[in-house]
Amino acid sequence: MPTATRPSVEEIWRWLADVPDPEIPVISVTDLRIIRNVAWDGDTLVVTVTPTYSGCPATAMINLDIESMLHRRGIEKVRLERQLAPAWTTEWITSEAREKLRTFGIAPPVDGTAPNDRLHRRIESLSGNSHPTVQCPRCGSTRTEKISQFGSTPCKASYRCSDCLEPFDYFKCI
Amino acid sequence: MEAETTTEAAIDRAALFEFLLRMGDNTLMLGHRVSEWCGHAPALEEDIALANTALDLIGQTQLWLGLAGEVEDKGRSADDLAYLRDVYEFRNLLLTERPNGDFGKTLMRQFLFDAWHYLRLQTLLSSTDRRIAEIAEKASKEVSYHLERSRDLVIRLGDGTAESHARMQQALDDLWPYTGEMFMTEAADTALSAAGVAPEPQSLKAEWDELVAETLSEATLRKPTDGYMHGGGRRGMHSEHLGFVLAEMQFLQRAYPGATW
Repeated sequence: MPTATRPSVEEIWRWLADVPDPEIPVISVTDLRIIRNVAWDGDTLVVTVTPTYSGCPATAMINLDIESMLHRRGIEKVRLERQLAPAWTTEWITSEAREKLRTFGIAPPVDGTAPNDRLHRRIESLSGNSHPTVQCPRCGSTRTEKISQFGSTPCKASYRCSDCLEPFDYFKCI
Repeated sequence: MEAETTTEAAIDRAALFEFLLRMGDNTLMLGHRVSEWCGHAPALEEDIALANTALDLIGQTQLWLGLAGEVEDKGRSADDLAYLRDVYEFRNLLLTERPNGDFGKTLMRQFLFDAWHYLRLQTLLSSTDRRIAEIAEKASKEVSYHLERSRDLVIRLGDGTAESHARMQQALDDLWPYTGEMFMTEAADTALSAAGVAPEPQSLKAEWDELVAETLSEATLRKPTDGYMHGGGRRGMHSEHLGFVLAEMQFLQRAYPGATW
């Protein structure tokens, strides 16, 4: 589209803020901070996206959602680029998004508890399995236990609250 | 736009392709094996954990084989490499094609592999090939969770009931002769190491031994003595099991070439 009429990059960032994560619809792709760059390359809009997990099936869906939203907004030429580095980390998730997760029933990540960081420091410290104190998103209790390190999506673990007895998802750190 | 890397000139393209196939075929084969558990695990949580592990491994396969196709420069995609090569063209460790056996054996195989995989990826973080370092950084975050889980379950089952202990010891004894291959030097390894792309396999052994010994001791399992070690997977000499895996994995693309949905 002609330079004069094309929307600004800032405007496009605002549009992207309305594209939900297909598996956790209360947060958007910008809440997750997986959009790494938005730029015009001539008349083509280039959106750079980084994957959360390398095999996450939502990645293809997210790309499709971004593309169709931009087409709906009248942008004809869109190119999506994948960027691997720096590797996505849950530490990038915005504080507003963490509150949205909690309200939705998913315990937000407890920063600094990714096993990679510990393993990296010292392989022997493996015996110190990661047991972050995860707060129950329903009743706020910290008496919770891990049921499985893997939950309904690659990014989550399954937990249970020992007080209100509700099972819940925990958005684990990577 | 992919930036040119400094190593491309320094290292033989064929050696680099070989290395990328070795990484990608390991994750492809183990990912496929682990996915065979989907719907069959002893508990729902374990079923989900296995499926998620398989998913991570398949995702990493796309990165490794995708780059392999780029490096080869003959227009082959990650899918082409996964679905349209025959047994002798695969470069995975024999360990990754071993049949699943029971749940304990699947986890023992996973632990022995994860320990190596994690250490291997750590060494690749400083690869002179930026593209390899980037994939390693992404993958190591996921693999650290695999290792934490498989190690934890090996300990719980090893130091569990008499039956779980016996099964884990049997699994360990059966799989041990397939662990030596992880540290064998094959063609291209020396050149890759000299170019700073990836240190020689042997350099990972001391740390792997230490990590495995510490875990087995906590699991009250007896570490087998190093006897004859099977090798050959990394140069395309596979066990009879790989053909059966490919027959299932490649069926659709072989029967209906180019099929999409």
